[in-house]
Amino acid sequence: MSPNAYLIVSAVLFCVGLSGVLLRRNALVVFMSVEVMLNAANLALVTFSKVHSVLDGQVAAFFTMVVAAAEVVVGLAIIITIFRSKASLSLDDARRLRH
Amino acid sequence: MFSTIIFWVAAVLAVTAALGTVVARKVVHSAICLCALMVGLGLLYATLDAPFLFVAQILVYTGSIVMLFLFTMMLIGIDTSESLGETIRGQRVASGIAIGALLVLLLTAIAGALIESPGDLTASNEHYGGNAQGLAMLIFTKYVFAFEAASALVLTAALAAMVLAHPEKHGAKTGQRELAAERMKLYADLGISPAPIAGPGVYARGNAIAYPALLPDGDVAPDSISPTLLQRGVVVTDAPALPDLVAEAAAEIAGKLPTPNSTPTPTYTPPFSSTSTPTFPPPPPLTLPPTPTPTQTTPNPNPNLNPDSPGGTR
Repeated sequence: MSPNAYLIVSAVLFCVGLSGVLLRRNALVVFMSVEVMLNAANLALVTFSKVHSVLDGQVAAFFTMVVAAAEVVVGLAIIITIFRSKASLSLDDARRLRH
Repeated sequence: MFSTIIFWVAAVLAVTAALGTVVARKVVHSAICLCALMVGLGLLYATLDAPFLFVAQILVYTGSIVMLFLFTMMLIGIDTSESLGETIRGQRVASGIAIGALLVLLLTAIAGALIESPGDLTASNEHYGGNAQGLAMLIFTKYVFAFEAASALVLTAALAAMVLAHPEKHGAKTGQRELAAERMKLYADLGISPAPIAGPGVYARGNAIAYPALLPDGDVAPDSISPTLLQRGVVVTDAPALPDLVAEAAAEIAGKLPTPNSTPTPTYTPPFSSTSTPTFPPPPPLTLPPTPTPTQTTPNPNPNLNPDSPGGTR
């Protein structure tokens, strides 16, 4: 399969994730959309790793996974903390951070 | 070509699942779609000569990250209500235009730089005896500082999660006296009853928590049902329909049980039919099966059905 097809899939996945981030209000769904975007970038990295016949791209994708895991842990903890104080998952309710 | 078939299956799965993640109304469905997306991406990695990432993708993403999402949903409840109004004027239209423009831009860039050679990773993979070995060689030599930084990042994230998710107590601990005073204050100010909330009801159809308790006048007690169940729409809130349900269940049981030999079947009328409330029409008289004699081999499948024993359902 030509690498271009993989890149197109990656671009489509990135835009789908971006639409979720921009259009949804539920914090958890927005977070999952961020995961979709990260994975789209990962797919492009692995594809280019194959195109250039070196493994560095796969190492970069691996590090992206590690960072994504750390990000999810912290993000979900923040979501839980906000939910405790606001009793809501909507991002609109969390716009006031001063309280 | 085998990998071509896998590519098409995995690509369609991934894009569909990504759309499902974004579009799904319920958060749990989004998480399940995210699982499917990760499996599809793992398959794509497998066709790209990256077997280690294929395994890591499925282990890390479906195994831990989506599970973490599901755990969070379990902790904070599945809140499906989402405000649909715009807080920023024209945000949706602008976002749509931006997303479309970005997609066109990316596709144009890909089309402008069409890659002819698919590349070949077999030499790199076989250089150290395999894909995982080659990745390990790179991670622990060329990228060892990035690896150490990643370990520090993960450690910090774990500590941060513990600090953030730990519930903090402000002020002194509230005792019984303060709680009682607060309750009475709520009653005085807002009229919230200081009595305990009514538990869910028990009916012939089942004793699940989805059945609300009935007030003395036959109305549904709204406090007796969990708001989560209400949001999911699985609560039997139709009070007038409940007698019909009871009659239906009784008929079902009566049809299942062996016909009584000669004992007269007691005809029972539920007590709420005698009270003439407008919200609760009198149900049809029920025909209950006879109570089982000790010699009867078939036990009564629902002994709680007999409403003569008010305490039997507890």
